[in-house]
Amino acid sequence: MAVRPAAIAVPTRARPTSAPWTVVARFVRKKPLGAAGGALMLLMLITAVFADVLQTHDPIATNAAYTLGRPNLEHFLGTDHLGRDIYSRIVHGARVSLVVGVASTLLGSVLGGIIGLLSGYIGGKTDLVTQRVLDILQGLPLLVLALVMSAALGPSVQNVVIAISIPIVPRAARVIRSSVLSIREMQYVEAARSLGVRHLRIAFRHILPNTMGPFIVLCTAQLGSAILVEATLSYLGLGVPEPYPSWGRMLSVSAAEYAQKAPHLVLFPGIAISLAVFGSNLLGDALRDTLDPRLRGS
Amino acid sequence: MKTYIAQRLAIALLTLLGMSMVIFVLLRLAPGDIVDILFATAGYISPSEKQAIMKELGMDRPYVVQYLDWLHQIVTGDLGKSYRYDLPAWEVIRPLVPVTLELAALSMMFAVLIGVPTGVVSAVRQDTTLDYALRVFSLAGLSMPAFWLGMVIILGLVSWFAWIPPLTYVSPTKDLKLHAIQFLLPALAVGYRSSALIMRITRSSLLEVMREDYIRTAWAKGQTGRIVIWRHALKNALLPVVTVIGIEFAFLIGGLVVTETVFNLPGVARFLVQAILWRDYPVVQNLVMFTAIVVILSNLIVDMLYGVLDPRVRYGS
Repeated sequence: MAVRPAAIAVPTRARPTSAPWTVVARFVRKKPLGAAGGALMLLMLITAVFADVLQTHDPIATNAAYTLGRPNLEHFLGTDHLGRDIYSRIVHGARVSLVVGVASTLLGSVLGGIIGLLSGYIGGKTDLVTQRVLDILQGLPLLVLALVMSAALGPSVQNVVIAISIPIVPRAARVIRSSVLSIREMQYVEAARSLGVRHLRIAFRHILPNTMGPFIVLCTAQLGSAILVEATLSYLGLGVPEPYPSWGRMLSVSAAEYAQKAPHLVLFPGIAISLAVFGSNLLGDALRDTLDPRLRGS
Repeated sequence: MKTYIAQRLAIALLTLLGMSMVIFVLLRLAPGDIVDILFATAGYISPSEKQAIMKELGMDRPYVVQYLDWLHQIVTGDLGKSYRYDLPAWEVIRPLVPVTLELAALSMMFAVLIGVPTGVVSAVRQDTTLDYALRVFSLAGLSMPAFWLGMVIILGLVSWFAWIPPLTYVSPTKDLKLHAIQFLLPALAVGYRSSALIMRITRSSLLEVMREDYIRTAWAKGQTGRIVIWRHALKNALLPVVTVIGIEFAFLIGGLVVTETVFNLPGVARFLVQAILWRDYPVVQNLVMFTAIVVILSNLIVDMLYGVLDPRVRYGS
């Protein structure tokens, strides 16, 4: 009988079909805080995508005639020490923040996820050695590691993404590995194995899809921390280079010297960072409660 | 127990050895070295002069030799020479250590003082408005950048009290009150951030403990709510919190890096940032290594402490 193993082992997508909007509506009702976080992230996404439409001025153009201007109808959030429009800079900063945050989170999580998947699936000595190596990376404080990395790699958007993603790798590997360890003992995996399905195929086709819940939770939670690390690196002068308007760098230039004369220079970029991180934290928490009951409270 | 400690120490040593390699390689990847930076302002420097300086600093040797030399230095407690200050690295770092330790201890104190009570109240009043408010409060702390929180605190002081915090470090022997204010504000900023994790763990672990039989017994005996919660439940609920404090330590150091910079406190963390920008290899290498040792030791101590606090946990057999 010519039965293709994969046809038996991979269940067809027989999920309870409910319209996407009912799922969203239920989420809003059950997790109002998480929904608020989702709304904040959506707002950030829209701002980042339509930054060119939403801007009122060129975010890089200086205006010597109007420096440290108070917020008014012309400049919604005032101007900085070079006369640049803060509102337009924050709108464009959302793009930088989101691109760097999402890129580094994805890079770190996918890399860590693959390491965790293979380490957990193969087990034995490979697993042991991998775990020890990950211990090394995780032993260093996240910010310190990112600081040293970005200093070592030099200033560029690409290097900042790499510097932020490396500390995420061990955290992602841990999460995926722990769920792989329990999934690989399940009967359907045994069934696939007895049918002679190759190891790599079992790992990626049969086990990987079932780790997606924890993976999504992980990504959401790490996104906030990635945005925060980017802001901190840029604040210290080791992050996204000029001319990209970065929220963190907006605080570094303005901070000490002009804060008392023009508090709006300090307040608005900081509020933007806090809201973005707050949104992703809220959403991450709610998703964790919904998708992954085992991680609850940790 | 003894074999367990020995095992843990061996693993810790191996981890530290791995870390030293990672740190060493990372710093050698950096574009530009101290010689370029030292003489960037001096304009032209002849290649032969540069060679002489490299030789003097020991940077002309193969990387493997430099690495082994560094390991030897760490083991013998000699931390090498700071390129920038032309002083032994340890002499540069030593006066900075007490500042960071004081700040770290105060921050941890605030983190526990804020985190545990809010966690308890949040758990006892689960799913009420108060619970939601406290959780938002705690998550907000986690979401604000530490350096921005510091800036806003300074800004608030200036505009509401017309008081500018001292821009230079005040020693406790000179003016104790000013010293205390100078440290309490940054500690509060770092502590508030760190309290979020403690609050969550306290909340979830207290919720779990409150469902156990012995708590029902305590209620059945007619104990007042306060005694049941603070004496019976919290005792067991705080065990996971102790573990988190160990993990928290690494997180706290990250917060200190920027907070010391904002508040202009001459601590190890602020110095690390400066040393990175100057590419002062010996200082950065040793400071990051120092951080790694502190983190690993604190995790080890917490694990041991866990065994002492919880009689159910027994190490080795």
